[in-house]
Amino acid sequence: MTITGKEKIHIVDTTLRDGSHSVKHRFTIDDVLQVSTALNDAGVYGIEITHGDGLAGSSIQYGFSLHSEEEKLNAVKFSVTKSRVAVLLLPGIGTKVDLQKAIDCGAKMARIATHVTEADIAEQHIKMSKELGLETVGFLMLAHMEKPEKVLEQALMMESYGADVVYVVDSAGAMLPDDVRRRVLLLKDKLQIAVGFHAHNNLGLAVGNTLAAVEEGVSFIDGCLCGLGAGAGNAQTEILVAVLNRMGCDTGIDLYKILDAAEEVMRPRMIKPQVIDRASIALGYAGVYSSFLLHTYKAAEKYKVDPLDVLIELGKLRVVGGQEDMIVDIAFDLAQKEKVAGGGKP
Amino acid sequence: MSEKIDVAIIGPGNIGTDLMYKIKKRSKFMNLKLMAGIYSTSEGLKLAAQQGVETSSEGIDAILADKMIKIAFDATMAGAHKKHAPLLKEAKIKAIDLTPAAVGPYVCPVVNLDQHYDVDNLNLITCGAQATVPVVYAVSQVTKVKYAEIVATIASKSAGPGTRQSIDEFTQTTARALMDVGKAETGKAIIILNPAEPPIIMRNTIYLIVEDQDENAIRGTIDNMLLKLQEYVPGYRLRMPPIFDDMKVTVVTEVEGAGDYLPSYSGNLDIETSAAVAVGDQLASKLLCKER
Repeated sequence: MTITGKEKIHIVDTTLRDGSHSVKHRFTIDDVLQVSTALNDAGVYGIEITHGDGLAGSSIQYGFSLHSEEEKLNAVKFSVTKSRVAVLLLPGIGTKVDLQKAIDCGAKMARIATHVTEADIAEQHIKMSKELGLETVGFLMLAHMEKPEKVLEQALMMESYGADVVYVVDSAGAMLPDDVRRRVLLLKDKLQIAVGFHAHNNLGLAVGNTLAAVEEGVSFIDGCLCGLGAGAGNAQTEILVAVLNRMGCDTGIDLYKILDAAEEVMRPRMIKPQVIDRASIALGYAGVYSSFLLHTYKAAEKYKVDPLDVLIELGKLRVVGGQEDMIVDIAFDLAQKEKVAGGGKP
Repeated sequence: MSEKIDVAIIGPGNIGTDLMYKIKKRSKFMNLKLMAGIYSTSEGLKLAAQQGVETSSEGIDAILADKMIKIAFDATMAGAHKKHAPLLKEAKIKAIDLTPAAVGPYVCPVVNLDQHYDVDNLNLITCGAQATVPVVYAVSQVTKVKYAEIVATIASKSAGPGTRQSIDEFTQTTARALMDVGKAETGKAIIILNPAEPPIIMRNTIYLIVEDQDENAIRGTIDNMLLKLQEYVPGYRLRMPPIFDDMKVTVVTEVEGAGDYLPSYSGNLDIETSAAVAVGDQLASKLLCKER
């Protein structure tokens, strides 16, 4: 497909959700306020604000948030005037009660995320979100793990529950451009609703894959300022805007303002550079959920094993999003095996 | 005086059928007299008939009409159990509820059954609670548990439509049980479905924030609890020794099912039906004592 430039590309910036993995969910109220204000002023369509693992994600398993979802959402109630505030909900972690609280605090868009084979656990949440008048997005995570036909089957279920958009989510940053094209093409062909794409940069393909998705007709894409996000991060919002401008696509975003938002608002607040390091590449290569990265470093250090071995093992076991507790399990197992193997040494 | 108490199952689905085999195989004090459903063609009813159990497609009415039945296991759905509960109570039949209806108090056989012998309706909470509350309760006996968080991972294949449609109720009920039955001050539950093939067995990570980190006492109380739990769920075991960091204790367990009817990976279903038999047997033995 060639880009006609007519269809609007909606960019949902998830710096304050997926990007919270990069700061171990420790965004301050000031971070949330300043970043969301800059995004709003630049004209970003959606601003996602939630713990990295969604509503009620604050836990020992995933890391505790510095502030509750209510505190963060209430903080931006009056400053986000043009953009719509989005929240993420993973059924099994968050509940309809948590969604209701977020709506009471001003959320206008709900993204309901499940593993790519488990769409039916989101039925109640998608229906509730639609009934309450929110723009409702079905988010099929780790979509690289299943064939396009399976992704379609699950997307059709989300459509039948009332979703306005279904996303192909490359949670592991494992897809190659052709993997993206085949999934998006099939969904665009068979769904009545809009299709979206969410990238991770573990193999350095986040912007490229997003462009492939746009070329196949998605109208919703995700990014983070300065490429924040789990693993090696998401597509950089400011680069997406620049590139889409060059392609003649309408994002409704002011390029200079989004560049400033990244450079002057987000970058000084980063606690580490967002790079594609060895282990991030291993995430993409082995197809492992990106938010496992920092937890893997911690467990590898504790049990004195190589983080790459842990990630490759997680990939073999086909663990899904949210199974962070498997990391310690595997690190422990590897350490035991190494003890046995090294038992004869002095 | 009979040697066994007559019991019935309503709901011949996967859970009810597994329970049927478990009662036939393991129960000391129960005689499974009747299995009732609402479809005469149901596979569960056929299998029950093959085991020599009387069957009926008259649902709850068949149980109410049988004056010998003293205990009924409800393996239907929450909505149905809410209708069955008052009828069973009126007929003076004790109800052991395997649905999330929670008409009666939450019961975990190794923790609080002794407090509930006299109630007419006992709820078996959730599989996640049956698999984690005993550990939380055990630790709460040696130190205050300020916070308990559990992550239950089960095979996608072992989660039926009931669980999928009421996933919020699973997390909310389990969290409440961590507090009410497990005695943690605050509780949180997370459930994850994993579609890997071959299916994974149920796995539970139990994180506790405790007041007093006495490692030996905590290890000892967990080991004791495991022995009790293994009496009715032999496939329940620790994945690794408990991990202690500061005031945090991490306990990882897995549950392999007995494979009575459901496949052995569905330890999550097995622990529910096993708990049901354990509760039923103890209630039946009390009733037998009374008869004597």
